[in-house]
Amino acid sequence: MTDSALPSRLQVSDPDLSFQRRERRLEAVRLEAIRTGHVEAIGARPAGSPIPIASIETGYYGIHMLKEPQWSWEIPVYFFVGGAAGAAAVIAQFAQMTGSDTEVVGDARTVAAIGAILSPALLVSDLGVPSRFLNMLRVFKVQSPMSVGVYIVSLFGPSAMAAKIVNWARRNGSGTMLKIVEGTAGLFAALTGLGMATYTGVLIGATAIPVWNENIDTLPTHFALSGLAAGVSAIQLMGHEDSRALNLLGIAASAGETLEGVKLELEIKPANVPIKKGLSGAITRIGGVLSGPLPLALRLAAIISKDSRSKNLVRAASAASLAGSLLTRVGWIRAGHLSARDYRLPLQIAAGTSKMKPPEARMAKGQPRPGGLVERSCDRAL
Amino acid sequence: MSATTAFLTDSTLCIGCKACEVACKEWNDLGEDGLNWTGFSYDNTEAVGHSTWRHVKFVEHPPEIGHGGNSPDVASWTFSSDVCKHCENAGCLEACPTGSIVRTEFGGVYVQPDICNGCSYCVVACPFGVVQRNKEDGRAFKCTFCYDRQKVGLTPACAHACPTESIKFGKLDELRAEAARRLEKLHEEGMQDATLYDPIDTSIGGIHAFFITRGDPRQYNLPPQPEIPTIYAERGWKSAAIGAGVLAVGTLLAFLGDRQ
Repeated sequence: MTDSALPSRLQVSDPDLSFQRRERRLEAVRLEAIRTGHVEAIGARPAGSPIPIASIETGYYGIHMLKEPQWSWEIPVYFFVGGAAGAAAVIAQFAQMTGSDTEVVGDARTVAAIGAILSPALLVSDLGVPSRFLNMLRVFKVQSPMSVGVYIVSLFGPSAMAAKIVNWARRNGSGTMLKIVEGTAGLFAALTGLGMATYTGVLIGATAIPVWNENIDTLPTHFALSGLAAGVSAIQLMGHEDSRALNLLGIAASAGETLEGVKLELEIKPANVPIKKGLSGAITRIGGVLSGPLPLALRLAAIISKDSRSKNLVRAASAASLAGSLLTRVGWIRAGHLSARDYRLPLQIAAGTSKMKPPEARMAKGQPRPGGLVERSCDRAL
Repeated sequence: MSATTAFLTDSTLCIGCKACEVACKEWNDLGEDGLNWTGFSYDNTEAVGHSTWRHVKFVEHPPEIGHGGNSPDVASWTFSSDVCKHCENAGCLEACPTGSIVRTEFGGVYVQPDICNGCSYCVVACPFGVVQRNKEDGRAFKCTFCYDRQKVGLTPACAHACPTESIKFGKLDELRAEAARRLEKLHEEGMQDATLYDPIDTSIGGIHAFFITRGDPRQYNLPPQPEIPTIYAERGWKSAAIGAGVLAVGTLLAFLGDRQ
C-alpha cells in the first residue's frame, strides 16, 4: 500500500510524517517492548523504564562536553586554496631566481595570485559580514594562530597579486626596474606563502579538539606537503607536464604524503578514530590515496613512458593530487567534528569501558542502558 | 584595581530549581533555546551554549539512602549549576584574533560583542566547551560573569537568584578558602565523596568558577585534565617550520637541479 492509496486526510506531503512511517514506528515500539521490556525514545519514557545514570563510564549521559567546530564549508576549501597558492608562490620565486622557464614562472605566479584573491574571499564569506574581517587587523596576537594566520593571508594577498601584475607587465621585455619590483614582491609572496602552506595545521592543532591537538606534531608538515603537491599540480595542468623541476617536486610531495599516510595508518590511538572510521575516515583515506601513492605511481610511470603517454600520466597525477589535497582538508575538518562529539576523550574515559553510545545513536538504535540494578529496583517500586 | 571575583557552585546545596538559568536568561535577555525533551534524564537543557549561560546538570544515580533523598525507590539526584569557568589561563581569550575577548578588572573572561567577528576560533579553543557561535547572529557568546552588574557593585544575576546559596559569589581568595572549609565540613558530616573541582595543577591554572560535587567530577562533564590549547602551539610552529623548510629547500633543489 502506498501513501496515495490512503484517504486524503491521511496523506502528508512531508515524507517524514507519512502514515506508513508512523505505523512502522508503532510496530517497532511494540517489538522493542516485547524484546527488552522497555522502550526508549525522545519524549517517551514509560513508567518503570530504567532511569538513566550518569557515571564514571558514561560521563554526563554521554553528552559531549566539547563544542563542535562551527566553521562553514569555506574553511576547508580555504585550507586547500591557501596551501596550493602559498606553495605556488614559493615555486614561482625559486623558478625565477634560478633562471628557469619564464612560462613556468608566469603560470606559478598566476596560481598564487588566484589563490590570493580566493583566500580572503572564502574567509570573509565564512564570517558572514565582510567588514568583520577588519576586526582581526586591530590587534596582533602571536599566541593566537588565527591572528598570525590573518596577517599571513593579508600580506600574502597583495604581494602575490603585485608579483603577478608586474610579471604580466614585463611579458614583452625585461626592464631591470620592473624585474627588481617583481622579485621583491615575489620574495615577499614566497616568504608568506611558506606560512600559508603551513599555518593552517597549527591553527587546528592548537585547539581543544583531540584528533587535532594530538596530531599537531605532524599536521603542519602534512599540510605543507599537501599544499606543495596541489601547487605543483595546478601549475602543471596549465601546460607544464614536462617541466623536470615540477615533476621532481611532484614526486617528492606525493612520496612525502605517502609516508605521512603510512604513519597515520600505523599509529593507533583513540583520538585518531575519526580519521580512520566513518565518513570522515573514508574522506581522509581517499584523500590520502589520491595525494600519496596514486600520484606517486602515476608520476613514476610517467618517467619511463613515451612522450605523449607520459604527459597524460602527469595530468592524471596532477588531478589526483588536487582532489586529494582538497579531500584531505575536508576529511580533517570533519574528523574534528566527530572528535568533539566523542564524550570519552576529554573525560579520559577509555573506549570500551561502556557500551553506552552518545544520546543520538542510542535513540536511533534503542539500545538498552547499562544499570540493571536500577531497572530492578524500579520494577519493585511498581 | 578591583579584587578578582569568583563563583563557588556547591552541588550539595543545589535543589535543581533552575532559578539561576531563569535569572541569567532574563537579566541578559537571552532567547529561548528550544523546548525539547532530551528523553534521557530530567535535564532538558543538556549543556551551556550561546543562549544558555547557566545550566543545571541533573546527575541521577541509583537510589541510595542519604544521597539526594531518603526513599529506597526514588533515584538519588545531585544537581550542579554549570557555567563558564572563567579560567585563569583562558583558551578562548588567547585564541581570539580580534581582541574581543578580554580579562575584566574582576578577573572574568568577557566577550565584547561589538568587536567579536564570528571567526569561531574560541569555540574550538575552549577546553570546557562553553563558548558557542550564534549561527543567526554570527558572533560568539558566553557568560559575561554579569560584568555589567559587577561594574555597579551588584552580585551576578544567577547568584542573586539562587535560593539556597548553592551559587556563592565573592572574592576569589575568600571563596577558595570557603570551599576548603565547606569541603572539610562535608567530609565531617560523612559525605566522603564530596570533591572540589578546580584544576589548579593544569595549564589552565585554576578557574574562577569552581564546583563542589559529589563523586567523580566526570559525571558532571568536568574534564580531569583540561589544558589550554596554546600549550600545543609551540610544537605546531616547530612542525610548521620543518614543513616550510622542506618546501623551500625542496623547491630550490628541484630548480637548481633542473638548471644543470
